[in-house]
Amino acid sequence: MDADAAKLIGAGLASFPLAGAAIGLGLIFSNFLSGAFRNPSAAAQNQPTMLLAFALTEFTGLLGFVIAILILLNIF
Amino acid sequence: MKELYAAGPLDQFKIHPIVDLHFGATNVSLTNSALWMLIGVGAIIVFFFFATRRASMIPSRIQGAAEVMYEFIFDLVRDTVGAEGRKFFPYVFTLFIFILVANFFGMIPSIPGAPKEVHTFTTTSHLIVTFALAMLTITIVVVYGFWKNGLGFLRLFAPSGQPLPMYIILIPVEVVSFLSRPLSLAIRLFANMFAGHIILKVFAGFIVSLFSAGGAFVLIGIFPFLGILAVTLLEFLIAALQAYVFAILTCIYLSDAAHAADH
Repeated sequence: MDADAAKLIGAGLASFPLAGAAIGLGLIFSNFLSGAFRNPSAAAQNQPTMLLAFALTEFTGLLGFVIAILILLNIF
Repeated sequence: MKELYAAGPLDQFKIHPIVDLHFGATNVSLTNSALWMLIGVGAIIVFFFFATRRASMIPSRIQGAAEVMYEFIFDLVRDTVGAEGRKFFPYVFTLFIFILVANFFGMIPSIPGAPKEVHTFTTTSHLIVTFALAMLTITIVVVYGFWKNGLGFLRLFAPSGQPLPMYIILIPVEVVSFLSRPLSLAIRLFANMFAGHIILKVFAGFIVSLFSAGGAFVLIGIFPFLGILAVTLLEFLIAALQAYVFAILTCIYLSDAAHAADH
């Protein structure tokens, strides 16, 4: 296989973590919302925890993005 | 028809020296990145100078704006770190305001036709800048942790109350998780800013190529334009959210250092 073609396929594969991060983020927000609707008075004090979980989950997706960029820009 | 030209989506991250300065082999030139950091810091100083100049019980509008930010971070530090957190408040507040302003100033559109040295530059879209901030946080955590707890700080890696064989697995996991903290802090902020600005410029490139195609394609150009509008709004949200996330993670790591012996 051509090296450039393999590189493009690799970069495409490296963007798969975004799918996992998207599912995870959806789970976080949906569970936070369903909990917040059940007990609205407890929602405000749990918001920082929700945002923290959002940031930690997003990071796994962003790692994939960074690897894809590293492959595409020939940094290796 | 006039020839249309769009810079590539990665050209916005290029570093251009403005004033060349060399100390031996070390390049310390004033670049566009440093220029925008200086602009950001200058704006912060001017804002807080005017906000606190005539401080009164009934705050003026600008004093109210400064107080909202101050109380927001003060509550964040108090809630996550506790009473010991008070001495870290200046650091967390500075970090938050600096990242917030750096992110927001990156969203200012460049003046068309200006030389590329003064084009708007997002300093936080460079990994080395965010990594320096993250390493500063982690250094403070490690130094303060050992200063306050002595070797008890190492108990952070061995949470109490587990059956003994579990520690064979737990300790390596905790060590790796601690070592990945500076990386995760740095990469989260950098990748968010980097990816967001690439998306903006890719959409802008669509408009340019549609306009240069001419005819009915010019009308279709409204769709990528609406896309830019939506992404810009999202980017403002992300700019504020990432500054907040950096501050809250700094607070959580500091709280780990302050309470490591209680684990």
